[in-house]
Amino acid sequence: MSDPLTAAVGLPTTSVPSRPATGFWRRALRHRSFVLGAALVCLVIGSALLSLVWTPWPAYEIDIASKLKPPSFSHWLGTDSFGRDIVSLLLVGARSTILVGIIAVGIGLTSGVCFGLLAAARKGWTEELIMRMSDFTFAFPAVLSAIMLAAVVGPGMLTSITAIGIFQIPIFVRVTRGSANAIWAREFVLAARASGKGGFRITIEHVLPNILSILIVQATIQFALAILAEAALSYLGLGTQPPQPSWGRMLNDAQTLLFQSPMLAVYPGAAIAVAVLGLNLLGDGLRDLLDPRLARER
Amino acid sequence: MLKKITIVALTAAFAAASLPALAQGKKDSVVMGMTLEPPGLDPTNAAAAAIAEVTLYNVYETLTKINEDGSVLPLLAESWTASPDLKTYTFKLRKGVKFHNGEPFDSAAVKFSFERNAAANSTNKDKSLFQSFESVTAPDADTIVVAVKYSEPNLPFLLGQASGSIVEPKSAATNVTQPVGTGPYQLGAWVKGSSITLNKWADYRNASAIKLSKVSIRFIGDPAAQAAALLSGDVDAFPRIATRVVAQFKSDPRFTVLIGGSKAKTIVAINEKKKPLDDVRVRRAILAAIDRKAMIDGAVEGFGTPIGSFYTPGSLGYVDTTGINPYDPEKAKKLLAEAGVTTPLELSLKLPPPPYARQGGEILAAQLAKVGINAKIENVEWAQWLSQVFAPNSPHNFDLTIVSHVEPFDLVKITEPDYYLGYNNEAFNGLYKQIVSTSDEAGRAKLLGDAQRMLATDAVAGFLFQPQWPTVISKKLKGVWKEVPQFENDFSAWSWE
Repeated sequence: MSDPLTAAVGLPTTSVPSRPATGFWRRALRHRSFVLGAALVCLVIGSALLSLVWTPWPAYEIDIASKLKPPSFSHWLGTDSFGRDIVSLLLVGARSTILVGIIAVGIGLTSGVCFGLLAAARKGWTEELIMRMSDFTFAFPAVLSAIMLAAVVGPGMLTSITAIGIFQIPIFVRVTRGSANAIWAREFVLAARASGKGGFRITIEHVLPNILSILIVQATIQFALAILAEAALSYLGLGTQPPQPSWGRMLNDAQTLLFQSPMLAVYPGAAIAVAVLGLNLLGDGLRDLLDPRLARER
Repeated sequence: MLKKITIVALTAAFAAASLPALAQGKKDSVVMGMTLEPPGLDPTNAAAAAIAEVTLYNVYETLTKINEDGSVLPLLAESWTASPDLKTYTFKLRKGVKFHNGEPFDSAAVKFSFERNAAANSTNKDKSLFQSFESVTAPDADTIVVAVKYSEPNLPFLLGQASGSIVEPKSAATNVTQPVGTGPYQLGAWVKGSSITLNKWADYRNASAIKLSKVSIRFIGDPAAQAAALLSGDVDAFPRIATRVVAQFKSDPRFTVLIGGSKAKTIVAINEKKKPLDDVRVRRAILAAIDRKAMIDGAVEGFGTPIGSFYTPGSLGYVDTTGINPYDPEKAKKLLAEAGVTTPLELSLKLPPPPYARQGGEILAAQLAKVGINAKIENVEWAQWLSQVFAPNSPHNFDLTIVSHVEPFDLVKITEPDYYLGYNNEAFNGLYKQIVSTSDEAGRAKLLGDAQRMLATDAVAGFLFQPQWPTVISKKLKGVWKEVPQFENDFSAWSWE
């Protein structure tokens, strides 16, 4: 950053505030929705990690003789219609939920950010093309694209990941391009350009770091939407396939037993609600904490 | 919030109070629930059992009628005689019968119907039966003579199925949407995706004996919605309701639960054309891995009787073959090792939509996993299942599948060269020829026993159970059959108390 011109006019090379990390955490711990959201998300991630090493019962073990048992000491939340332990199914189900969420958001984030940055940097027909393409993709809801994909390649976890991922791309394209455009209009970018930096370098060194916080917040909220979409697709039979446990499929299974064991639908429903609520609170909290303007107002 | 609860409670109370009034007013009409909607209303050109459930004996009639107990009664034929070799049957037809469009019913209509079913472009479910007719002759307007190429002791029974419905030549082509038959009911309205209404035909030959003037059939696929429709009084009867929801009606005084036997066979079909499933030891290993008891309890809530072959208890010559390949996971592992199969053996398991297949599939996969077979579940729709797995001209692209064969006495299917099981055993085909050419009952019973044992020993499929079909009806509804030898609902016998 030893640009002579930049140094001479006294502009910051980037606008990223260089706050000490301890300040962030101090404010974070006082932020109620951030703390609650983080706790709920940790609970879900913890369950998924725990299921890798331990579940109360083997999640795949079918024991017809003890089907639809009420909660007891051996089965804390009872058993489902195949005699499988509900707690174990919920723990293992958290795994597929998180896996689908992470990969789908990963697909949306990486491709969406690349296209969005490109659109903001190149402008002109490149921007037009990218934006119209994302309008086109955006017109297909994840469930619809998953149904189309399932018809072609067959249902499965990969299908739902791809469908949700593709659906996320235009959302990230729009957010990235919008906020990148705002950065491109800033003086320090002008200065960087004047100092001879190319579009690619400016994007990487100046634009991306400045929109990172917005992207992190957006990704958290998209994660919640991806979890809902995964549950919906599994519920429709297009997502995670049996015998792999999944919250959406547990709901589907419970639906036919609503009159006999209504609680079977409540457990996976509550799990989905906790995960989505947690991520939304976390996203809200992060937005408040990472937004420099809001931070200054405090 | 409290206000909301009060409103809900009041609405519920009003609804409850008005229910008996509604019930009073519909003494001559019934609403019946059905799981699947028929694709059309011509039972002679498509295999879907739902077509028969709507039309058989209601819109269309057949020469004979299969009764609740499986016995054969006269319907459009008043009587019949068979030659001693059981190859030629002479049917005396009922006089003065008319079709809905006013055309008279006579031997020409019967001849037309049978020949249409046997035609090269026919898509009749029992095309092979009609093609086995040497000749169909009509010596006079009230007589029809059917000559079969081989002895067929079951012909009167077989002609009582929906595939033998008698159609009227001029209207036959449009029967799919505008059915014309000789039965007591005519199509009133068909709201696609929702319901079919049948109205009583005033000119029916025995109209005074028909109690219900209107039958509405609603299509409800979801088990929870099926139960809700009955509980709310929207539906008066639900034959072959999802087994999962039956338990709650048993103790409900407003309903009667009828548990009927069937002639159906629910099986794990094994594709014998694929390696290593062509090895009988591998198939035996699959059978030894299956715990039928757990399968019946888990897949159909206990509504089934274990079977060991492609034949149902109570039929002529039935033998219990469930002991031939009994549940024995250790033996299954040994058999796989003997066959030189490296475990885990990866197999595909394609499951059609009904609960017995989807639930049974998960149980099967878990049971197979214990012996080192990794069955990968693929849930498919009926159309896909037919085109990928079952249809005679399909690629038979599957390793395992679960399906219920609802047709009675269909051992003949196993002898068909392109049948999806791919068994093709000359010894069995020879045995079957012997069965159909033996006219004395004791001899046939013995041969049928041999056939069942051969299928069980060769582990042709994982024979699971004979399903029982539960029907839930309103307590006051009378005349609904308990036993269901085939898929049908005889509305002419239904009435309100």
